[in-house]
Amino acid sequence: MHFSNLFHQFGELTVTGLAQGAIIALFALGYTLVYGVLRLINFAHSEVFTVGAFTAVIVWGGFGLNQDSPTPGLGGFVGYLLIGLVAAMAASAVTALVIELVAYRPLRRRNAPPLAFLITAIGASIAISEFVGVLTHRNNKGVPRLIKQEEVFPFLDGKVTDLQIFIVVVALVMMVGLDLFINRTRLGRGIRAVSQNPDSAALMGVNKNRVISLVFLLGGLMAGVAAIMYLLKIGNVRYDNGLYLGVEAFAAAVLGGIGNLRGALLGGIVLGLFENYVAGLFATNWHSVGAFVLLVALLMFRPTGLLGESLGRARA
Amino acid sequence: MTTTADTPSKPQKAAPPQGKRGGGLRGRLDNLPTPARWALIVLVLAVAYLLPYAGDVPIIGPQVVTQGIDWPTALFNISYYVLLALGLNVVVGFAGLLDLGYVGFYAVGAYTVALLASGDSSFGTKWVWLATIPVAIAIAMLSGLILGWPTLRLRGDYLAIVTLGFAEIIRITADNTPHFLRGDQGFAGIPHPPGKHADGTPIFGVRDATPYFWLGVTVIIIVVLALRNLERSRVGRSWLAIREDEEAAEVMGVRTIKYKLWAFAIGACVGGLGGVLFAGENGFVNSAMFQLQLSILVLAAVVMGGSGNMAGAILGGALISYIPDRLRGTKILGTDAYEYRYLIFGVIIILIMIFRPQGLIPSRRRALELKDRAKEVAPQ
Repeated sequence: MHFSNLFHQFGELTVTGLAQGAIIALFALGYTLVYGVLRLINFAHSEVFTVGAFTAVIVWGGFGLNQDSPTPGLGGFVGYLLIGLVAAMAASAVTALVIELVAYRPLRRRNAPPLAFLITAIGASIAISEFVGVLTHRNNKGVPRLIKQEEVFPFLDGKVTDLQIFIVVVALVMMVGLDLFINRTRLGRGIRAVSQNPDSAALMGVNKNRVISLVFLLGGLMAGVAAIMYLLKIGNVRYDNGLYLGVEAFAAAVLGGIGNLRGALLGGIVLGLFENYVAGLFATNWHSVGAFVLLVALLMFRPTGLLGESLGRARA
Repeated sequence: MTTTADTPSKPQKAAPPQGKRGGGLRGRLDNLPTPARWALIVLVLAVAYLLPYAGDVPIIGPQVVTQGIDWPTALFNISYYVLLALGLNVVVGFAGLLDLGYVGFYAVGAYTVALLASGDSSFGTKWVWLATIPVAIAIAMLSGLILGWPTLRLRGDYLAIVTLGFAEIIRITADNTPHFLRGDQGFAGIPHPPGKHADGTPIFGVRDATPYFWLGVTVIIIVVLALRNLERSRVGRSWLAIREDEEAAEVMGVRTIKYKLWAFAIGACVGGLGGVLFAGENGFVNSAMFQLQLSILVLAAVVMGGSGNMAGAILGGALISYIPDRLRGTKILGTDAYEYRYLIFGVIIILIMIFRPQGLIPSRRRALELKDRAKEVAPQ
């Protein structure tokens, strides 16, 4: 236990925790969206993230960028970032849709028991992550440093860097956009209808399969953004990073109340912060132990998470 | 060839009359006279015990045995995977509690043996392997209760992430306590099971894994008999009621909390036994052996085989161990399939689940439920 450590680095831990939490929250959205509509854990969502991350690295590589290339100026940063974002989001979205088509739709047509969905998702997850692993020879891939990570302003004992601000802002913008999309648009109303009552929604003329595809697409887009933020922050990626980050993202979704979009944001931030404090108090390696202990403790008192499950329930 | 006539996609038939069981292979097995059934069971067991010599069977044998890994070792691997699948089947299949962290109990069993028996342990007790078994089982059972108690209020997917967290906590603890659980470095010199041949050489050596496989099969038979009795007892019926509808079971007077804890404890006990067996054969235990992926694989085994059915769990457990081992040393298009083993394996899992959503050998009762559900919901 290093209490003094925790107090002396409180600001630093808070800032990095927020950035980490924002990434986890974006990732968690995919779990929560799918759960809200289908009531099942999309175990293969971690690989949606992995594919997005590696696609971006490969595309950047195509432009001659690698981990040793010099940091570009602002124009270069924006350009390369947009290219990476588009590539990662497209790859993640396509992966999510393919998973839905191959692993979920055939089972839905056959009325399979819920556990069967989990197992095909596990199969898809193993297959995709191994495919990426074989392609990359299971090595760490370095990521070009697009941004210098300079201090913008000091905060308590630490500093806030431009990258950290950028990550949190991007995450918030994506969340607000998604929230507006679900709550204000016609397609969003379809999603809410299916998540409230699939059968009635079908009777009212909502195309259930299209809504489900849409939900996977949205989750994939968010995972693509999360993948880019992760690459910028961590600076390298391995084929199995997605799996472990996915576990944390799923924990965050459950923590906030699975099926609840705002819950995913809150869960991600709370988890990111708490993990960092635990890491400061004990050692870095213990951070996910902290996350799981927090999860168990919280679920004992609030069995449906911080905000409760509701994608569909009408909220103000 | 289908084993039951109850596939939901077929046109509805009248339910088979009680007493005389359904057709298909399963029905024919059930209709055999008792002596013939016993003879069949003895035959199956004899084949199981003779598996280490499968390579000597002409034509088929060389196709079956593994190339890249010594065949008795592959068989022993199968035996402890089967044990794990049987244990997880109690939690997931019988009681319907989704457990994604089953490897935690396996780790508890293996580490208890290591702590008590290995020379590397800070306890310095150096027990013999046999003496550690009751302690390891008791501690695994206790860990099942510890996991079960705070999670009793949780349902389905919440339970899944908490159990997953439990296994990760055990692995990370093992990884980061260099003096207690020794992380990557691990425990070496864990004693093997006792017994000597007439000439004084130990039966359970390091060269030949055949005796370990026989030991594994024997343990599996004992576990199957015990679980079979449990399944047909008051406890088993309570599990079934909880699995089908927890509220209804509670209203009918089933003490759900008690029986859910039972399920966790029994499942943990079998998982711990798997760990004991593994530690006794391998002689070495470290934190890298208890990865998250193992829990996921065992769950896939249970569901793939047919959740709630022990024959299914045995088949599923055997497949998840055998398929990757068999691919080792096999050439596909000029490259070693070992590199692609889990890639191929993932695809096989998807295919099995798409074509047999209720598992390879579905539980009879579950198949009927599925048929019932198919009637309730409108066709898509």
